Amino acid sequence: MQKYSIFSLVKNAFSNHENWDLAWKDPTPKNEYDVVIIGGGGHGLATAYYLAKEHNITNVAIIEKGWIGGGNVGRNTTIIRSNYMHDDNALFSEFGMDLWRKMSQDLNYNVMFSPRGIINLAHSDAQMNVYARRGNSMRLNGIDAVLLNREQVKEIIPMADFSENVRFPIFGGLMQPSAGTARHDAVAWGYARQADSMGVDIIQNCEVIGFDVSSGKIQGVRTSRGNIKAKKIGLCVAGSTNILAEKLNMTLPIETHLLQACVSEPVKPVLDKVVTFGAGHFYISQSDKGEMVMGGDLDGYNSYAQRGNLPTLQHVLTEGIAMMPFLSKLKMLRTWGGIMDMSMDGSPIIDKTHIEGLYLNCGWCYGGFKATPASGWTFAHTIAQDRVHELNAGYSLNRFNTGHLLDEKGLGTKTWIS
Amino acid sequence: MLHIKCPHCGMRSQNEFSYGGDASVKRPELGKEVTDQEWDDFVYNRKSLRGKHWELWQHLSGCRQWIKIERDTATHEIFNTLKANEEIS
Repeated sequence: MQKYSIFSLVKNAFSNHENWDLAWKDPTPKNEYDVVIIGGGGHGLATAYYLAKEHNITNVAIIEKGWIGGGNVGRNTTIIRSNYMHDDNALFSEFGMDLWRKMSQDLNYNVMFSPRGIINLAHSDAQMNVYARRGNSMRLNGIDAVLLNREQVKEIIPMADFSENVRFPIFGGLMQPSAGTARHDAVAWGYARQADSMGVDIIQNCEVIGFDVSSGKIQGVRTSRGNIKAKKIGLCVAGSTNILAEKLNMTLPIETHLLQACVSEPVKPVLDKVVTFGAGHFYISQSDKGEMVMGGDLDGYNSYAQRGNLPTLQHVLTEGIAMMPFLSKLKMLRTWGGIMDMSMDGSPIIDKTHIEGLYLNCGWCYGGFKATPASGWTFAHTIAQDRVHELNAGYSLNRFNTGHLLDEKGLGTKTWIS
Repeated sequence: MLHIKCPHCGMRSQNEFSYGGDASVKRPELGKEVTDQEWDDFVYNRKSLRGKHWELWQHLSGCRQWIKIERDTATHEIFNTLKANEEIS
């Protein structure tokens, strides 16, 4: 594989950049693989990469109905963080932060990881107490957390509304300085390019039609491009999890919902942090191109539409304007939607299933993008070793049966229903 | 924006309604011995169908009644609405 560097850039400039190698091949599917990963999104591509890199398993195919990186890895708001209170979430996410820091070097692909920090705003004394508790839990797990008072927040984000007569005054906030953003498409492409170079087949335009299961063991997958035998199959299909589960006669603690995001027209640099509104659900950052990148609540009812409705967008942006009034002057450039695999306790599932050789990776809710490297790494381990790693032991499928819910928000089941 | 025909009030905007999830889920009968699996299916497990889906909505900013709606989860087309006590045929 051609290495990307300043030298290869200069060298290719002499031939008008017409002789670059393809970043990944377009193979026809083989009859049989050791492992088939279904879903060519961030998590699927990362899983294949770590299967090859960490476990030396390279007879692997990724099959994708559309094109790689066309789902949620291309539709998110690129936020990366590990500001969780519960140990399982905190340790998993912080492991991921370490992979994020090394990712551009590791993949020889600039993912533009930008650890600019995230601030969760607090709008009451009670919320400050909750954030103090969460911040302390984070620090006990080795994650950086700083509790900011009103004056300190004002110094960092003076464009927020600090006037006296507001419905939700800013009392302070919890900051994770090491959190940030990354260029989401580059993450998918970087993993794809490296996985391909180590022998993984990336098979696009290949829809799953059904599965072959006999005597409790997975035998293979039937696709629109023929039957493929596989010793092991991993599902990494986010919002399409329920559709594939139905083909396996499984009913999962997952509902598929629609989440919208949007960007404004590009403006000069104004915001160098990720900021979340604490009295509702709204988050914002500014991209390198200058667009304000914003998102918030789910549309609120089961949806596979991959595009949203206006009432939710209006609700979300009302929160944004309450937090940062200058946003009302901006024009909207684009809005879009993606379909989320909402788990019943708000935490993901990375586990084996009752079918031998079938592995499940789903339930990412709002937080799939930031989990990409850690999810791929632990899912690869789970598949290769046929047992969960201690980092994803808490993300078991049967926790809903045993009552060991990972309820980060402390709201009980269906935390995302408003 | 969805337009929902409330069986009590007629056609109204989506803004007046709140969502209550899959209407085909039945609470296990009172007084009956219930297995863990039955509780799981009631509390957590959902088919989350792509296509026609019967679901509960509440006309929160209207008559405040719970109603049942048959809606396509991919196109948002609404085929049917029923009162809460009417059975899905």
